Amino acid sequence: MQNIRLIARLDVKAPNLIKGIHLEGLRKLGDPGDFARRYYHDGVDEIIYIDTMASLYERNTIIDLISKTAENVFIPITVGGGVRSVNDARTLLRSGADKVAVNTAALKRPELITEISRVFGSQCVVLSIQAKQQDGGWEAYGDNGRERSGIDVIEWAAKGAKLGAGEILVTSIDREGTRQGFDLPLLQAITGSLNIPVIASGGMGALDHLVVAVKEGGADAVAMAHVLHYQELELTDIRRHAVSANLNVRICT
Amino acid sequence: MSRVALIDYDRGNLLSVERALSYSGADVDITDDPDRVATAERVVLPGVGAFGDAMDGLRERGLIGPIRQFVASGRPFLGVCVGMQLMFNEGEEFGTHEGLGLLPGRVVAIPAKAADGSNQKIPHIGWNKLCPTRCDDFQGNALLGGIGNTPYTYFVHSFMALPSDKTDRVADCDYNGINICAAVNRNNIWGCQFHPEKSGEVGLRILQNFITMGWQN
Repeated sequence: MQNIRLIARLDVKAPNLIKGIHLEGLRKLGDPGDFARRYYHDGVDEIIYIDTMASLYERNTIIDLISKTAENVFIPITVGGGVRSVNDARTLLRSGADKVAVNTAALKRPELITEISRVFGSQCVVLSIQAKQQDGGWEAYGDNGRERSGIDVIEWAAKGAKLGAGEILVTSIDREGTRQGFDLPLLQAITGSLNIPVIASGGMGALDHLVVAVKEGGADAVAMAHVLHYQELELTDIRRHAVSANLNVRICT
Repeated sequence: MSRVALIDYDRGNLLSVERALSYSGADVDITDDPDRVATAERVVLPGVGAFGDAMDGLRERGLIGPIRQFVASGRPFLGVCVGMQLMFNEGEEFGTHEGLGLLPGRVVAIPAKAADGSNQKIPHIGWNKLCPTRCDDFQGNALLGGIGNTPYTYFVHSFMALPSDKTDRVADCDYNGINICAAVNRNNIWGCQFHPEKSGEVGLRILQNFITMGWQN
């Protein structure tokens, strides 16, 4: 088994870290860079920044954030939110991001995935899918959970992998912020059909949720937000629990 | 301060490597100038992307000769990720391509099937533990000494090096029962398949070791 990664997901509405439930009802929590640095020192494996208000004009604050973070956080940093072109990707990668996550723009124009991966490599491209339960399956949403696409999540994930995505970040809108565990059927459906790594997001609440997401859901990594930002769980405890459950995780001393 | 030439051939996560080297105390010269490379005190060759394309990048800039010249001088040279892969004779990504030939061996795709026959996830992404291959531990190793008892580093790659000479292997990691060559060394030539600039404190220690290691002229 590949090493399971523990990832911190920080939703940013510059200059603040924010948190919500079902991607709504947002609360400001402070400087995202401070949180990222703390998680780095606590042993998190990767950081994901999602710029929730990315617009064509206001990207400077997220660029500053990435630059500052990259100065002393030496683990992979993924940035998503409003990535619409190869140039957007280039700007973020130049500021210090190691990978870019695409969602809305890719739903509208799937070729974007191939374009970015051709220039920067598949390992730089994460396809971010926001999934909501619909008619026995799941529908992909764009615009940070606000816009229905009519596209089936499982088919979209498979297509994204074919087009050149290096990883899939799948967020359950239904479970996001609820701390009730991950959407297991969603994970099983996606991981069962793909040969690229899948990062599970949305629902982490108790230590065992992570174990279930990996052992039963087949996730290769778990992205956590609420439990970390509100200090309900500590990274050291999460990692220790994963080790005791015989998951292949990095051992940090 | 140690002067390190960081080769810029438009194929690599240059800024990440530069930041980590600077943080570790180096005076970093980002350059594609053949003279500055040939006469640097130490050289780091980063690299992300395809082998053949990366070699094209070096060839277009007239850097292949200067790199070989630098290595012949005996001063410390470090290849990172694709930079390490390029050090070998040839790579098989998108056809067969000639490498720098600094170390005998080739670069092949990570097998699609694990040791037990199940499907592997490709690329190999994530943290993996470095296991010493030359001796029982890394103590005393010029690059990997002092990285502690749980040396995990960050990997992201789809191809792996197969050194022809087993003694060139310094560290391996295990990927579903498959031995992946994680670090190599012969004299002043060093290579890391993983990204030390993305491997937290363990990675920073490795870079610090590279910046301070001595050499024989």
